[in-house]
Amino acid sequence: MDVSLDLLMNAVISGLLLGGFYAAVSIGVAISFGMLDIVNIAHPAFILLGSYVAYIANTMLGIDPILAAVIVLPAFYLLGMAVYQVYYVAFERRDDQSLRGLSFFFGLLFIAEVGLILVFGVDYRSVSARYIGPSLQLVLFDLPWRLLVPFLVSMVMAVGLQVFLSRSFLGRAIQAVAQDQLALQLMAANPVKIKRIAFGLSIATASLAGACLIIIQPVEPSIGREYIGRVFAICVLGGLGSFPGMIIAAMTLGIVESLTSTFFGPSWAPAVAFGVLLVTLAVRPSGILGR
Amino acid sequence: MRGTPFILILIAVAGVVFGLARWLDNSYAFFVGYVVVQYIVLGTAWNILGGYTGYVNFGITAFFAIGAYSSVVLHKLVPTLPLPAMIVVGGVMAGIVGVGTGYLTLRLRGVYFSIATLALAVVVQTLITNWDFVGGARGAYVLRPRTAPLIGGGYIDYLFLIMLGLCVAALATARAIERSSLGFGFAAIRDDEAAAEASGVPTLRLKLIATGLSGGFMGMAGAPLPFYVTYLDPASGFSLNYAVNAIAMPLIGGTSSWLGPVVGAVLVGGLQEYLRVTISSAVNVLVAGVLMVMFVIIAPQGIVGLFQRKRR
Amino acid sequence: MANSLTVANVNAGYGSVHVLHDVSLSVGAGETVALLGTNGNGKSTLMKSIMGIVRPSAGSISAVIDGTAHELIGRSTEEIVDLGIAFVPEGRRLFPKQTVTENLLLGAFRPAARSAIHRNLDFCFETFPVLKERARQLAGSMSGGEQQMLALARALMSAPRILLVDEPSVGLAPLLVRRTIDKIKELKDSYNLTVLMAEQNFTQAIRIADRGYVIVHGQIAFAGESAEALNNNELIREFYLGT
Repeated sequence: MDVSLDLLMNAVISGLLLGGFYAAVSIGVAISFGMLDIVNIAHPAFILLGSYVAYIANTMLGIDPILAAVIVLPAFYLLGMAVYQVYYVAFERRDDQSLRGLSFFFGLLFIAEVGLILVFGVDYRSVSARYIGPSLQLVLFDLPWRLLVPFLVSMVMAVGLQVFLSRSFLGRAIQAVAQDQLALQLMAANPVKIKRIAFGLSIATASLAGACLIIIQPVEPSIGREYIGRVFAICVLGGLGSFPGMIIAAMTLGIVESLTSTFFGPSWAPAVAFGVLLVTLAVRPSGILGR
Repeated sequence: MRGTPFILILIAVAGVVFGLARWLDNSYAFFVGYVVVQYIVLGTAWNILGGYTGYVNFGITAFFAIGAYSSVVLHKLVPTLPLPAMIVVGGVMAGIVGVGTGYLTLRLRGVYFSIATLALAVVVQTLITNWDFVGGARGAYVLRPRTAPLIGGGYIDYLFLIMLGLCVAALATARAIERSSLGFGFAAIRDDEAAAEASGVPTLRLKLIATGLSGGFMGMAGAPLPFYVTYLDPASGFSLNYAVNAIAMPLIGGTSSWLGPVVGAVLVGGLQEYLRVTISSAVNVLVAGVLMVMFVIIAPQGIVGLFQRKRR
Repeated sequence: MANSLTVANVNAGYGSVHVLHDVSLSVGAGETVALLGTNGNGKSTLMKSIMGIVRPSAGSISAVIDGTAHELIGRSTEEIVDLGIAFVPEGRRLFPKQTVTENLLLGAFRPAARSAIHRNLDFCFETFPVLKERARQLAGSMSGGEQQMLALARALMSAPRILLVDEPSVGLAPLLVRRTIDKIKELKDSYNLTVLMAEQNFTQAIRIADRGYVIVHGQIAFAGESAEALNNNELIREFYLGT
């Protein structure tokens, strides 16, 4: 195969940018699965919901998708708190997370997908914004703003959440809640309340991630499923609950996928994440930066 | 054998159902009946791992499609091969993939297995989409013989009979597991895996048996699919509907016994068919998901569980 | 100001198993009271009842914090801690995947403790130099003795008025037991705490206790008004000294 250096470098750069976006998609699961031990496989459905909200705001009101996501952030936060409340009452309190709790999220994923099909149909939808199209010319590379904006949003979100989780009392409690609930109560914190807030935050990130998704590519209701594997591959590879590990894992996956698309064709890209996931689970389940 | 009367009753019931369909002499009855019975097999297969052992398999479509696509391949290579032989091959292939996935992930916590099976569905779909021999993304046509071998009548009669046979086999296996030491081992794993391990239950081996059986039956249920639909493409073969139905039906019917998936499949399958005819096909797929979420929240024991509790 | 704890006629247990029968005890302001008894006699159940982890079927438990009286039964564990009652449970219950500093900062989650967080953190590092050395180490990777120190320090970070310690000596070597008991005394004196300590190790416990109760089969078998009285008690001899 004729591997030109130029092609390789461009694939790596766009993979890096794509990986940044994958971090935004995964950060919610890094909180819910990594810190709360709630296996929310429906997270991509919430992200897709975010995409469609951005789509409506953009096409009907002409609002910038990112701005729209910021505006609806509180609504997603409340939605997340409500979902957690149902999950807590129906499954966590009955200690039935594994079979029925997982099925619950699987059902949500399916209902969201079919619901979106019923409302929007199976056509691809996209948004328009000034930064979709032009590129930033940097020495030898051109960096499309379409990828750069999600990358930047993602990094801001990751840094902001990292600061919140490590510097605030609430954030530290969130990091500790899955380890020992009684111990947290002995710190005068209510574990259910802490988890509700944290799950609300994790769903709130889906709003921004969804806007980023529809900036990067047109969306249709079933593409959420492609992200389940990516998201969990990234979280497991990064070591559960560690943001720096997750970002490294996201970028690694982005680069590998981008190289696969460039040299083998884009139809192979979805399998990469799952390959990575299976290999990680089989070889090093604690991830690259696991504690 | 202890289970013989049960198997004879199953065969008798299957015979009556088939006779009834023949008497109606309506191909629509066969098409609907095939789908419902197929879901009994899929639901029972899922329940052997999910309900008995407590491990949730979301990758039903992977196993189901392995069965379906192995038939496509066999049909292209050896067009004269009888369907039962294709079912055996499809079941073995899917069973091997089940054991392989289990071997890689079942030593970890249960959720990793579930996530890996979600992943498996996409991997298998990607492989098949990129495999030109079976039609790739465009799909493949399978010519269905006009008449049924041995029994005469339309070929759909034959497919329905085959699926009824599979259903008898799946239910007999499920009930035999429930009443054997294998079933107690599975239940021990479900209730407290660490304790089971500590008291000498060979947990990994039992889990691999469960994944193999479960995957194998899913593959067998999928093997006749190409002949049923006559045109198979990855988008329909890997439809999320199969996965949701196969999980929803045992959860709605009840996961603790073989009867649960049957009750769930008949009720939900029937309801879906009714809604498809009266309202729309978009609404009918939503039903299983909505009912499943409602049942796991409100009635976690399922319909069979509700009746058992009342009887006590 | 006065900080005291009163347990009156408490019955408690787990399901149909009755553990505590009509237990009454009190801890006066600034006192250190030892709850003595061997394993399985109900010490931990009593501590858990006070902390709202086990719900008593009868009786009352009340605390006076800074002069205000509070009934504890019916409150959640986190509410009780928030009143100013800290508990160091048996088995320490640290957050193993968090660092020593993170564990200590979590101790100050209680809103009333947040203003004094820097002073308390400095004090903890001063009192337990080993924690300062290990500040960035994961709590789960430390030795049992170090973990016990961290558990005590973390309880202190909540700026409590009343401190409950359950079995501080469990799993520790004799020298470490001695050091741990000394540290409890040191914390008590520095912060003028009211302390209730459940302990099997009689000789170590009464070194710092003002007085104590002996609990046998879920009942208070003897209330010793001084360390002296406990030392000369028949029951103690029978249970601990084997004579």
